[in-house]
Amino acid sequence: MSAVQAKKINIVQAINMALHDAMELDSSVVVLGEDIADREGGGVFKCTAGLSGKFGTGRVKSTPIAEQAIVGAAVGGALAGLRPVAEIMLMNFTTVAMDQIVNHAAKLRFMTGGQTHVPLVIRTTTGAGFGTGGQHADYLEAWFAHTAGLKVVAPSNPADAYGLLLSCIFDDDPCIFIENLPLYFVPGEAPVPGQRVPIGKAKVVQEGTDITLISYSKTLHEVIAAAKDLAREGVSAEVIDLRTISPLDMPTILASVAKTGRAVVAHEAQVDFGVGAEISARLHKALFGTLKAPVARVGAARSPVPFSKPLESAFVPTKERILAAIRETLK
Amino acid sequence: MSETKQPGKATLLEIYRIATLIKTADDRFIALIKAGQIASPYYSPRGQELIPAAISVSLTPADYVVTTYRGIHDQLAKGIPLKPFVAELFGRATGTCKGKGGPMHVTHVASGLPVTTGIVGAGLPIANGLAWASQLKGTDQVTVVNFGDGASNIGAFHEALNLAAVWTLPVIFVCQNNGYAEHTKYEYGTGAATIADRGLAYGIPGVEVDGNDAVAMWQAASTAIARARAGDGPTLLEANTFRFRGHLMGDDSHYIPKEEMAAAIAADPLPRFRAWLIEQGHATDGQLADIEATNVAAFEEAVEFGLASPYPDVSELDKDVVAEGAQA
Repeated sequence: MSAVQAKKINIVQAINMALHDAMELDSSVVVLGEDIADREGGGVFKCTAGLSGKFGTGRVKSTPIAEQAIVGAAVGGALAGLRPVAEIMLMNFTTVAMDQIVNHAAKLRFMTGGQTHVPLVIRTTTGAGFGTGGQHADYLEAWFAHTAGLKVVAPSNPADAYGLLLSCIFDDDPCIFIENLPLYFVPGEAPVPGQRVPIGKAKVVQEGTDITLISYSKTLHEVIAAAKDLAREGVSAEVIDLRTISPLDMPTILASVAKTGRAVVAHEAQVDFGVGAEISARLHKALFGTLKAPVARVGAARSPVPFSKPLESAFVPTKERILAAIRETLK
Repeated sequence: MSETKQPGKATLLEIYRIATLIKTADDRFIALIKAGQIASPYYSPRGQELIPAAISVSLTPADYVVTTYRGIHDQLAKGIPLKPFVAELFGRATGTCKGKGGPMHVTHVASGLPVTTGIVGAGLPIANGLAWASQLKGTDQVTVVNFGDGASNIGAFHEALNLAAVWTLPVIFVCQNNGYAEHTKYEYGTGAATIADRGLAYGIPGVEVDGNDAVAMWQAASTAIARARAGDGPTLLEANTFRFRGHLMGDDSHYIPKEEMAAAIAADPLPRFRAWLIEQGHATDGQLADIEATNVAAFEEAVEFGLASPYPDVSELDKDVVAEGAQA
């Protein structure tokens, strides 16, 4: 293997590294979730492999299949000075724990007048592509972003996954950390050990002048592929990876769209009432009169995630659908 | 009253002091609402005072108590300072939560009251987390979580009891069974003969006790607390009691048969405990009257403080949403 190849790792490895480094740095960092200890295999996706062996089953706790109990224990632990990282295996399962997340984790700092705070991370994965159907692949980031008190991040690559997870663990407020299942094993540039990626900072991954493409998580890769096609046609697209959904990095988004005058937001979540709608509203408010075209949004079909492969392929925002929206915006 | 281990005189008088302080607070708070001096939803604990009073004498300030919207008895028993407590009930800036929590969410971290939830059953999973932290840190702190009989039918109860058992957590689950979940009588909403029976399903002791009997309550609570403190795991305590003043203020308890209510009031645990203390020679009528008068004076001082306190500034809306300096 060449030196360059040796520096590549995947997101599962990046997450494992971040958890490991955080636990080594601070004994208040604890991890809990279904099957996460080594006795149970180190997590169904192996993100926590080796951690209980190194840090003990006191700090790395497998739990029953009981999401309210998991998040509740994380909330209580956080109130008592721990920095818990709760793994909720799949994002749809966070719905079982919504009371703990929305009514408690998000609100206790405010409701106690700042006496308490809840420094917990809920790591969860999702995404269509593996034929898991209607209850295992939803993107629910807008639900969480709509709740005051929660931070929501969704990295698209291993280095950002590592750096953002470290930032979330050491943040003093609850963070929802969204991973993408099909991206888990895609190699990417390895993170620099200890290097955190700040919450609330988007990244311009490609500079351009004709249109701004805004995305995050897996859909960012479709957007980058679309931008490559556009380049061949002589269209210069600027691509922004949000990385953090809430709080939104509006300065970065505004600077770009002020320059290009056009924007397309693409994500795997439903379009209606989604993150794209929020960004679009903010862009139209800030740049009304200077936009060259209305902000376009691309997302999943307005249906539950389907099983059948042709349906699933049509459900997600593909490069082709993103390109169609871009071409409409460029008219 | 019960035999075996007996509380000493000082303990009994402390239980009486706390129980009557709770009643004073309840009476006064209702009077203030009725007089229009404050506006607030209010869930009276009248009738349930002896339960937290008898528990709290076995707790240390470092122990945690988690409670619910019907929680002023639990908070007062844990030793919350009266002035900021009352100010919080009044929604004032000087309240324990700067007026941002209110009567359903009174917390005071310094008194070991980190969470008061308005969601039925939600305190139980959080109590586990508090206890987990104590277990990891190797302290001997225990966590008491209070809830009603209705909460034993929600999923969080079952998830929490199971996890506490699996992790051997130092938690005491206290079900204050007042016979009614909102308006629904126990047997119309709960399949189990007793809440305590549900402990068996999770492999933890389920103990049923007369929550209106100070000595029995003290015995059951001190046993469960000692067990948790020793690292032997959780206990489910079912303290049977009665709720005299409806689910929330304005509820006239029309769904409770008149005879049932009359019998409960005739057996009001506070005058019963008072008479017993005198009868057993633990205190004279005068000594108990002094305790009551001291409570009234202290509470009145707190009410004056609360009423004179300012409301929070509107700028507080933007504070405490996330850490200071961070973007919400």
